Amino acid sequence: MAQVSLRRIVKKYEGDVQAVKGIDLEITDQEFVVLVGPSGCGKSTTLRMIAGLEEITDGEIAIGGTVVNDIPPRDRDIAMVFQNYALYPHMTVFENMAFGLTLRKFSKDEIRRRVDNAARILDISPLLDRKPKALSGGQRQRVAMGRAIVRDPKVFLFDEPLSNLDAKLRVQMRTEIKKVHQTVRTTTVYVTHDQVEAMTLADRVVVMNHGVIEQVGPPQELYHNPTTRFVAGFIGSPAMNFIPARLENASGALRLALPEGIVLPVPAGRTQRYAAYAGREVLFGIRPEHLTEEKPTDKANIATFQMRPEVIEPMGMETLVHFWLQGVEVSARLDPAVPAEVGQPLTLAADMNRMHLIDPQTDRVL
Amino acid sequence: MSGASITTGAAAAPAYHKAGSIRRERRWAMIGAYIALAVFVVFFLLPPFHMLVTSLKSSAEIADLSGNPWIVRSPTLEHYWALLNHGSYPIHFRNSVLVTLSVVAITMAISIPAAFALSRMRFWGSTMLATGVFLTYLVPETLLFIPLFQIIGGLGLYNNLWAMVLLYPTLTVPFCTWIMIGYFGSIPKELDEAALIDGANHFQMLWKIFIPVALPGILAATIFAFTVSWAQFLYPMAFLVSSEQMVLTTGIVSDLIRGDTFQWGMIMAGALMAALPPLLVYAFLMDYYIAGLTAGATKG
Repeated sequence: MAQVSLRRIVKKYEGDVQAVKGIDLEITDQEFVVLVGPSGCGKSTTLRMIAGLEEITDGEIAIGGTVVNDIPPRDRDIAMVFQNYALYPHMTVFENMAFGLTLRKFSKDEIRRRVDNAARILDISPLLDRKPKALSGGQRQRVAMGRAIVRDPKVFLFDEPLSNLDAKLRVQMRTEIKKVHQTVRTTTVYVTHDQVEAMTLADRVVVMNHGVIEQVGPPQELYHNPTTRFVAGFIGSPAMNFIPARLENASGALRLALPEGIVLPVPAGRTQRYAAYAGREVLFGIRPEHLTEEKPTDKANIATFQMRPEVIEPMGMETLVHFWLQGVEVSARLDPAVPAEVGQPLTLAADMNRMHLIDPQTDRVL
Repeated sequence: MSGASITTGAAAAPAYHKAGSIRRERRWAMIGAYIALAVFVVFFLLPPFHMLVTSLKSSAEIADLSGNPWIVRSPTLEHYWALLNHGSYPIHFRNSVLVTLSVVAITMAISIPAAFALSRMRFWGSTMLATGVFLTYLVPETLLFIPLFQIIGGLGLYNNLWAMVLLYPTLTVPFCTWIMIGYFGSIPKELDEAALIDGANHFQMLWKIFIPVALPGILAATIFAFTVSWAQFLYPMAFLVSSEQMVLTTGIVSDLIRGDTFQWGMIMAGALMAALPPLLVYAFLMDYYIAGLTAGATKG
């Protein structure tokens, strides 16, 4: 049993720079939590505080119910995988993986058994006698994970472990990490700036920005119900469109007046939710995948409008179309079969059930 | 091969001309490099060669100015034999070995932890301290030996070999610490952190992970400390007076020069043998030495 609790964690550096500004987070046993955010958001600092590599300025961290603020890393029973692998270059793969166990005075047989077991899980058994410099990037990453697994710690910590790999290998190792977690079920805290990694790996995603937690939730929850403009824009690729609009009340029904005379009706089901904001300037948020070509099967709450594509990017499985509304770039995802041409009028359908309205003053989703 | 000789069709001529000029430039650069190196080699290797030639001549042959001084007519090892079997040369050699090994050990024992702390641990004034360490190295020893004379005298170590073991580290520690700060800084911090998380305490991390990884830098510093201690002249000259306390550098000069009588054969033989240990150390550790000196110059 190892839950991790962060209570009002603060990290200040010299010169009163606050990297982490009092965050609270409860990570349950066996959970896979991903901290995600842009660089400088405090995610790595938070992870390093859990590891004991950074001192905590204020607050409390507990692992498995024990407050670890003043406990050195070696006594926290955690294992960490670093971005640059941090394999010991003068040791073989076996020695790298066995190092932690040797220090903890495990018997030779037990060390051999654990290393063999981890090597089998990670498919690196033939590499045990090699030195790290004789391994490829992906193999090094596996060894780094193996070093964590053999320890059978309370918590795994991953600090952007896939950032140094090429795109193809990254996808492969992502699956690998997920598989390993499904096998060993160790509580995991994983830091990345890549929202796709966060979405695919996490049981719960923690979106951080400027040293605070913006939102915590399962990936789908963050995708469908972001609570802030930052989360709405950060999760999803390509990013959500934010178009300045005016929420108007037209005899009981609400509608959005967009630039260039585009008017979109707000679904009746949302009238009550937005009624108080009628007459105000808002940001109309819609994901590119909810802004598509007009289909004959379109149901209720699909609003159509015309525009002229300015940039067209065929991706194979889809085509991205970009156009500008009063200087704001808007992207739409179209079926590649749709004959879109630069400068030619095209009718787009917005799925208004999937839209978000954001208060531009508070940046909160209404 | 010159560029002109491979020029064929008229249409292709400009391209070939270009390729040829690069080759020609490279060839001139090589010729220039060889000439410069040849001058360098002659300039630096002639004196040791002359030493070798002189050491193999009998005293009579050395004194005879009629022949070519670069040729040995009747080679003899009499000077080597005399040095090793009579007189205090073996004592000086032993003293030099003792002092040098002790100084290297002391220097490393101080410099490694110091460099580790200054390159790895962030604490108030650490940058200033690192600069300060280097600045102490810049103070010339000719300025220091007068105040040091008082200290050594006060400690009752005047004319005592072990005074050298105390003094040399004032020269070796600052420089060794300084070059190791640079090398240690090039080792990823994550390595120490991984070791700490794996369960190592600071001492284990230093001993089992950091030092093995930093070995090239440490060896470079070791070679430096060795060379400085082995070749040090001023301090033994100033602080050691009796022959049985002397090290090689001063021992050769004081024992083999009597008034205006220079025993050239023995001086040369003694100097050549004295140059052997640093030569061996360099030969075995050269690769590490270069790796240590160039570390951090490029990324990766």
